[in-house]
Amino acid sequence: MTDQAQLLPGTLDLLILRAVSLGPLHGYGILLRIGQISDNALLIEQGALYPGLFRLVRQGLLKASWGTSENNRRAKFYELTVAGRKRLSEETASWNRLATAIAAALSQQPEEA
Amino acid sequence: MRTLDSLRMLIASTFRPADLRAEMEEELRSHIAHRSDDLERSGLSRTEAERRARIEFGGREKYKEEIHRAIGGNLIETCAQDMLFSLRQLRKSPGFTIAAMLTLALAIGANAVVFGMLNALILRPLDVPQAESLYGIEHGSDYGYLSYPDYVDLRDRNRSFESLAVFTATQAGLDTGKGPSRVFGYQASGNYFDTLGIQPFLGRFFHGSDEHGVNSAPYIVLSYAYWHSHFQDDRGVVGRIVQLNKHPFTIVGVAPPGFRGTLLLFAPDFFMPAVNQAQLDGENYLNARGSRGLLEAVGHLKPGVPPSQAADDLNSIGSYLAKTYPNVDGLKSFTLARPGLYGDLVGRPARAFLAGLMLLAGLILLAACANLGSLFAARAGDRSREVALRLALGSSRIRILRQLLTESVLLSLAGGTVGLAVSIALLRRLSVWEPFPGFPFSAPVTPDARVYCVALALALLSGLFFGIVPVRQVFEANPYEIVKAGSSAMLGRRVTARDMLLVLQIAICAVLVTSSIVAVRGLMRSLHGNFGFEPRNAILADTDLKMAGYWGERVPAMQRRMIEAMETIPGVAQVGSANSTPLGAVQVKQIVFNDETRDLRQSNASATTFWYGVSPNYFQAAGTSLLAGRDFSWHDDKDAPRVAIVNREFASEVLGSVAGAVGRHFKMPDGTRVEVVGLVGDGKYVSLTEDPQAAMFLPMLQSPSSQTFLLVRPKSDLSRDPQQLAAAMRSKLRELDAELPCETETWVDALDAVMFPPRLATVSLGILGMMGAMVAITGIFGMAAYSVSKRLKELGIRIALGAKRAEVLQAALGRPFKLLVFGSAAGLVLGLLATRVLASIVYQATPRDPVVMAGVVVAMSILGLVATWIPAQRALSVNPLILLREE
Repeated sequence: MTDQAQLLPGTLDLLILRAVSLGPLHGYGILLRIGQISDNALLIEQGALYPGLFRLVRQGLLKASWGTSENNRRAKFYELTVAGRKRLSEETASWNRLATAIAAALSQQPEEA
Repeated sequence: MRTLDSLRMLIASTFRPADLRAEMEEELRSHIAHRSDDLERSGLSRTEAERRARIEFGGREKYKEEIHRAIGGNLIETCAQDMLFSLRQLRKSPGFTIAAMLTLALAIGANAVVFGMLNALILRPLDVPQAESLYGIEHGSDYGYLSYPDYVDLRDRNRSFESLAVFTATQAGLDTGKGPSRVFGYQASGNYFDTLGIQPFLGRFFHGSDEHGVNSAPYIVLSYAYWHSHFQDDRGVVGRIVQLNKHPFTIVGVAPPGFRGTLLLFAPDFFMPAVNQAQLDGENYLNARGSRGLLEAVGHLKPGVPPSQAADDLNSIGSYLAKTYPNVDGLKSFTLARPGLYGDLVGRPARAFLAGLMLLAGLILLAACANLGSLFAARAGDRSREVALRLALGSSRIRILRQLLTESVLLSLAGGTVGLAVSIALLRRLSVWEPFPGFPFSAPVTPDARVYCVALALALLSGLFFGIVPVRQVFEANPYEIVKAGSSAMLGRRVTARDMLLVLQIAICAVLVTSSIVAVRGLMRSLHGNFGFEPRNAILADTDLKMAGYWGERVPAMQRRMIEAMETIPGVAQVGSANSTPLGAVQVKQIVFNDETRDLRQSNASATTFWYGVSPNYFQAAGTSLLAGRDFSWHDDKDAPRVAIVNREFASEVLGSVAGAVGRHFKMPDGTRVEVVGLVGDGKYVSLTEDPQAAMFLPMLQSPSSQTFLLVRPKSDLSRDPQQLAAAMRSKLRELDAELPCETETWVDALDAVMFPPRLATVSLGILGMMGAMVAITGIFGMAAYSVSKRLKELGIRIALGAKRAEVLQAALGRPFKLLVFGSAAGLVLGLLATRVLASIVYQATPRDPVVMAGVVVAMSILGLVATWIPAQRALSVNPLILLREE
């Protein structure tokens, strides 16, 4: 557990979009999917997911509908809207640029030790 | 898609918070159930799994709150919370709450009343269909009255109006079988109702098609109010024949309840066709082109015709008429005006007066807001610990502000509602108030939706305004400092804002006090002013002999018998008679010519003068002293040479000199030479504020009129009760002719109409001044009390160290006192400037008056004394021992 990283502010929304982009999921499913695609490297408090979900629905990036889960329970399923898919690709590109730049900056060897 | 979804959510969060909460709850439960399933699968018991799942989930309430915020918060819920909290806060300090509500109720009530009048008299159009295209006609610098032939030409030649109607107010003796009684109504052109688009309540109206020349349409229409009160809603009244001035007229219909004619302040009893006016007036004005009596024109403009184009149209008719009838002055420079207030004659001063009142009422509201704002700031300051704690515990500043604003708006709405309720009651009373007995003058100022809206908007605005005062305080508050240092840390800064507000409202109050003192002084002076006659003690009997059917030769004979009958009443010193009295309801003007003028066209006239037909001995009865020459006698009759008595202004305007006036001649428009046999001083004829105007008095036997004002002056000032004398006069007149309607009143009461505007101004200013004073007192009191309570410790130390009472007072109240002096001085100066406006309403309202200055100073000092009395007592009674022990 100790090797899990804290989320940077603002990245949770991106992760949610990414998780949902692979197919409709309910809230708990999104959490599992994020764990799965990040190799459980990220620390997310479970409840913290929901304000993000509601916010994304409000922004029109996700849409929600009630359905039945694999455990045969009622659950609210989220899927990407067209706007959400567009936003995901934009955010991904911008994140990659940032990450590359920071990685490059950090990997630079100092002139003097 | 996106907007749709977010809209749906916003709507759900605002209007269906319960649905949303349930949905959220279910989703979170579903999450925990799924997690428990997983944990159970890993070998835990169901109960243990659910427990773990809930722990892992984290603070459920916290996240729910976050979700709410993520979707834009729940408006209604937080508002309700704020409101409950505000109510609790207000209940904690009932004194403050009640004082604030009362202040607001007063201020908003005053605004609502003034706006109600403004709305009813100026903003709201006449209650007729399509009132927005209804215009009255004015011409020249005068009021725009037309003669009947003028009207016929304008009606038939204009291309701008749908149709054009004329009307004038009239009085008559109406006999429904029980003897004549005096009624008031309209003489109107036949197309009057059709032009306005009014439908009868009962029966029919008269129409243009009823008119076939002089006296061809003996029909009258009753107003709803008169029908209701005098015929007890008897539907059988249509078709009945009644007598108007002893001529038979048929009641053809009843006007609808809301319709009071086209004059706002005049409530008529009946309407009759103008073609039958000769039966009422005795003489026929239908063909008298030069007699621009009292006819006012109204009509709807055709669609698409702007008022300026209509005026051009009328002007071209005017110049045609000037060419066709060179002996009659042309009708020039037409303008269109909103009908209802005698055009701009009454309209302009009424507008100015009401606008002035509105401004003052607005200032009071502003002062009240300033006052409440500083009280609020003080409260917020005292609550700074609470605010600081809430900030420290993570509440957002916005949330705290919103709560403060909720509190102030709640207060102002409550105050506003109370104020509005009171003002509605007041306006309703005003609407049925008839200030002049015997004359149907009333102002229909019943409030409508617009008044309610304005009052509530004002309440809301003032709530926001005074609620916003402490905003900076909250935003700049540093919770750490405040909690550490206690609330007094912010004192120094806050006082400046409060100072400004206080000076502002003291100044406003001083303006009001100044102008009301000026108005009262002016009014007092005008009661004792020089009118050119002496109204005190004299009694008037007012009648029109036509109402009892007197015509021609019978009129002067009857008038002489009436005078002689009055003289037989014991205790009567002087009796006179006139066709109208100066400053009375009706004044007649006419042009006169210099004796040398040959070409008697209107433009050559040397003066336009008031004229009065008076009996011998009138001047003694009226208390007007003859400066030179002789009084009239009964020998100045039709067969004698024409004579006149003129005033000084007439003498200098027409005769060239005052000294040699007696014995000289001037000419009437018909060429008759008139010899001046006497000279009297100038008086007031229409209003108390007018400049000297020319007036002439003619012997009533040479200028007969059935309109009769008997003027009776008792022997000694206190010898008789005026009511008793009036009763004696009425019974003498009844002996002469029981069928003659007649009203008596003291001459002073008869002047009510002229005194009405200044009285109204004085009373309104007085009320507003009192309200201003109350607002200022609460303001100063609040400030002084606050400053004393904040400095109790310091004062205690001063007293302990042996300070004298005066020094303690100076320390405690020096600042409020300075502010009071400063504000009063500023207000006095502003008030003196403002009273220039007053001078046009109130006779001799001048600020250059030592009494005014002294009055303002005394009033403001008393005000300051009252306001600081309690705080001063408190400062003086500080017991240093107890105080120091407390800390």
